[in-house]
Amino acid sequence: MSEPTFPTMQGPVCPLPLNQHDQIVIGHGSGGLMTHELIRDLFQKYLGNPTLNAGNDGAIVAASEAMPAGSRLVVSTDAHIVSPLFFPGGDIGRLAICGTVNDVAMMGAQPRYLTATFILEEGFSIAALEEVLRSMQAACAEAGVSIIAADTKVTEKGKSDGLFISTTGFGWLPEGRRIAGDNAQPGDAVLVSGPMGNHGIAVMQARGNLGFQSEVRSDTTPLNALAWGLCQAVPTVHVLRDPTRGGLATTLAEIAAQSQVNITLEEAAIPIDQPVRKACELLGLDPLYLANEGKMIVILPEDDANAALSYLHSQRYGEGAQLIGKVSAIPAGQVWLRTPLGTTRVLEMLAGEMLPRIC
Amino acid sequence: MNNSSPLDYRSAELTRKFIEQIRRITTQPWNIMEICGGQTHALLQYGIDQLLPPEITLIHGPGCPVCVTSLEAVETALQIAAQPDVTFTTFGDMLRVPGNHQDLFSARANGADVRVVVSPMDAVRLAQAEPERQVVFFAIGFETTVPSIAASILHAERNAITNFSILPANVLVPPAIHAILSSPENRVNGFLAAGHVCAVMGYWEYEPIAAQYHTPIVVTGFEPVDLARGIYQTVRQLEESRCVVENAYSRAVTREGNRTAQALINQVFEPVDRQWRGIGLIPRSGLGLRAAYRSFDALERFLVAFNTLVESPLCIAGQVLRGVATPHDCPAFGSQCTPSSPLGAPMVSSEGACAAYYRYQRVKP
Repeated sequence: MSEPTFPTMQGPVCPLPLNQHDQIVIGHGSGGLMTHELIRDLFQKYLGNPTLNAGNDGAIVAASEAMPAGSRLVVSTDAHIVSPLFFPGGDIGRLAICGTVNDVAMMGAQPRYLTATFILEEGFSIAALEEVLRSMQAACAEAGVSIIAADTKVTEKGKSDGLFISTTGFGWLPEGRRIAGDNAQPGDAVLVSGPMGNHGIAVMQARGNLGFQSEVRSDTTPLNALAWGLCQAVPTVHVLRDPTRGGLATTLAEIAAQSQVNITLEEAAIPIDQPVRKACELLGLDPLYLANEGKMIVILPEDDANAALSYLHSQRYGEGAQLIGKVSAIPAGQVWLRTPLGTTRVLEMLAGEMLPRIC
Repeated sequence: MNNSSPLDYRSAELTRKFIEQIRRITTQPWNIMEICGGQTHALLQYGIDQLLPPEITLIHGPGCPVCVTSLEAVETALQIAAQPDVTFTTFGDMLRVPGNHQDLFSARANGADVRVVVSPMDAVRLAQAEPERQVVFFAIGFETTVPSIAASILHAERNAITNFSILPANVLVPPAIHAILSSPENRVNGFLAAGHVCAVMGYWEYEPIAAQYHTPIVVTGFEPVDLARGIYQTVRQLEESRCVVENAYSRAVTREGNRTAQALINQVFEPVDRQWRGIGLIPRSGLGLRAAYRSFDALERFLVAFNTLVESPLCIAGQVLRGVATPHDCPAFGSQCTPSSPLGAPMVSSEGACAAYYRYQRVKP
């Protein structure tokens, strides 16, 4: 009869909880140790700076450091949900930085600081989160902004969709500068900084429901350097706006209504890349209603249009800039499009979701 | 003028030349119907209606597949979509078409699994990927969508994919032209036939119609030059008292059409009577599954029943679809009825006449 075997008892008998995860689990949102580890190992690794890393309930920023005397604070906030999270030319992280940076920049302001809230769904891949954070780091560096406060929450599986990011941006607006959607004036020229519709097509393509492949990439880009440089070079800018959701047509319809002016566009002058145009023709979509994430509309006195164009053309993100139309007094509140045939039609705001046609 | 090379079908100069010709030869009023909603949109988008002489009136036809899909079919779709094990797939345009109380968008918001597909083959692939679910495809559209639907059914049959079915609602153009021309309220003098439909079906089917009703029919494309040429050839026939079928879209269409596609259609489908929303029953104007393929008919798999169906009393979609009224004649147009809250289907579809008017002509420049 052999000796009975006993456990060696050299190690702990009850299994240790896993502390290495390749997925987000509920514990990451507990506020306890796992949350702290996630913050230290991921968020601070990529987005860290002394203000964020201080780890207090709020970030302290000296007013004198944030903005020159006499300037005003501009704040903008934006929630970002996009499916899929990664698409040609961008991802939700880059989008979350650029979207908010651009909103601040379109006020004529210089964005400096961002806050970010991450809503993570249980089961979300940590590797994917790391990729998003790396992309945010690069976008912050390019835009010259830092994230000074951040928050993370985890929802149960199925209660959200992978990853949502909400960002708030803070910037300063120089004394006396007034750039706003209600500031378009009769006699102004309307410019765009580059071709329209790339982001919309790139995301639709990444969803895999186009039924064909194209080489279109999203234009997700921080525009603050371009916008700031333009306002320095040509101080008479009246309106800046980025035509995101709803596209060029919807954004101009908003401006026409806000400013109570007529905007007339020359269809042939609106820059649209060939692959975008082709995809739109196949699907029955109108590129003037597709989202952009790295383009701006510039409205300024016609006499200064050439100066603005030469500045934009000298910059990387403004190479494709074009003069596309002009502002007049009547009929107020409408956007017109002059076709190459010399006929005219009204551009309305996008109604509902844009859907591909049937045949 | 001969058919131009494919590259200059958008030439403003060539379009204007055709318009000048139309002005030169027009001596009296003519009503010309473009059957296809895609053409309605293109005509308004390019503003070709603004260039025509005042004698020429364009009447918008019933060629919007979403618009003419019957209320019964939409309600059936809603009921099938609401069943728990069903994934309901459809072309995107159908999502906002109002049923009695809701549309597929709101069904989705209420938890139904409704997905937009670009092709029926996507629905078959879904069925393959999720064998525990019943995947139903809403088979709407004119002759253009039918070949791919037939191919998807044959593919499902070959691969023994039994959880795929279609809700048959396809319709045919020639019976609709018959219905319009034989109606006592008809005022159409000539037709632009839809180029895409003819690319599949050819145009031989239209020859007896042109002869029977003494009405010229011109196969027409969708680009500015195509449209101007189609209108020009129709007016020329009318002014010369001729009534034959002419092909002004020869870069895409032959008299015989696509024989392979036609064979696919005939293998799987057969003509059936069908209700057209706003128009009524048109004999042999729809396609139903042949007996051999009836196991793919969603109506054989799901039990549906509904109470009386009521259209909005304000909506005049029927008159618009029959070409006897324009969207501007409707008291609800642009007020109670808009693309974001449509009362009738023509306000929804990218091919609907009301949506075209709302988008391009709600305010006249």
